[in-house]
Amino acid sequence: MEQYLALFIRAVFIENMALAFFLGMCTFIAISKKIETAIGLGIAVIVVLAITVPVNNLIFAYLLKDGALAWAGLPNVDLSFLGYLSYIGVIAAMVQILEMFLDKFVPALYNALGVFLPLITVNCAILGASLFMVNRDYAFGESVVYGLGAGVGWALAIVMLAGIREKLKYSDIPEGLRGLGITFMTVGLMSLGFMSFGGISL
Amino acid sequence: MASAAETKEALFGPVFNNNPIGLQILGICSALAVTTQMSVALVMCIALTSVTAFSNLFISMIRNVIPSSIRIIVQMTIIASLVIIVDQILGAVAYEISKQLTVFVGLIITNCIVMGRAEAFAMQNPPGISFIDGVGNGLGYSAVLMAVAFIRELFGSGSLFGYQVLALANDGGWYHPVGMLLLPPSAFFIIGLLIWALRVWKTEQVEEPDYEIGGHTALTKPA
Repeated sequence: MEQYLALFIRAVFIENMALAFFLGMCTFIAISKKIETAIGLGIAVIVVLAITVPVNNLIFAYLLKDGALAWAGLPNVDLSFLGYLSYIGVIAAMVQILEMFLDKFVPALYNALGVFLPLITVNCAILGASLFMVNRDYAFGESVVYGLGAGVGWALAIVMLAGIREKLKYSDIPEGLRGLGITFMTVGLMSLGFMSFGGISL
Repeated sequence: MASAAETKEALFGPVFNNNPIGLQILGICSALAVTTQMSVALVMCIALTSVTAFSNLFISMIRNVIPSSIRIIVQMTIIASLVIIVDQILGAVAYEISKQLTVFVGLIITNCIVMGRAEAFAMQNPPGISFIDGVGNGLGYSAVLMAVAFIRELFGSGSLFGYQVLALANDGGWYHPVGMLLLPPSAFFIIGLLIWALRVWKTEQVEEPDYEIGGHTALTKPA
């Protein structure tokens, strides 16, 4: 249990997807002008990450890994080179299924998250989390916790950035730095702040 | 085949006038993480440029037969296959660097530049010019990536492409490396400053302010 908690804290704060690994930056910068939209997108990312990372973990462990096909009588087959294609396929399919499911059964949530779901397929944070999971050889339980933690960390970062940007628009910024430039500076300072979590040993 | 002027515009337009990172905010995910060393950044640039160019070429070739309802998944499949090829080649010829790039080669799949060009350019244009457009956008990305990597490696560890240029104080030289530049936050600062510099030079890229600060109330209101 303690090990899972440590993994969760590490995924949220120390190895924050957005601020330490720069993943999902395109949407992170583009959709962070308002707090409400940032919260919507953040929740959508948490949900999708918490589903896709464990699913990709199962696919990797039982279909792709070297010798994983032993249950089908093919112990010498190594399909790990098909990884990227399978993960992105799983992510695209999962997002589509989630969208249809929400549309049918939870229309309120669908209306809130609907516009963000297609965006999420091409969000690097989603694919990145699956690749990190494979890279670090997480077991199934760990992958659930890691997916959830990575999502929470990303959501936290985008909501914080949106909060800062809502105030920032009232400030008098040098012309060339307006918009994109100052946003990068802000994210840099936030990233610096998050680095202080790096000293925590878990 | 397109005229020479069009070809030149497709190739060099994205480097300064319409830079994918500076103006369109595309593909910065990997731009930041792989820039602590120039050699790693260079490999990443070559990988991305070739994937963008070839995905544009192949998607443009079959653009008339892709049903538009499933075009995204078709594009994804082509891009993912190209990335797998690039990853396998890197693993074979540049194993050390491919280890340092870790997941970032795989993330070329979700790099918005590749998808963006496929969707915006290759779906409407013939293969030849699409290929050039892919190379041009790859070069625009590479220009920013190499500039950031140059600053970070030169001032962060006093070397360029791994060769010691500035003699470090630890080895009896004069240069004290700025360790901060090797940490993640500095990448954001450098990109922000680069965008600032680019927009001072090309003033038409400056964004409109969201909110205009009004005049002083004591001056505008009657006493």
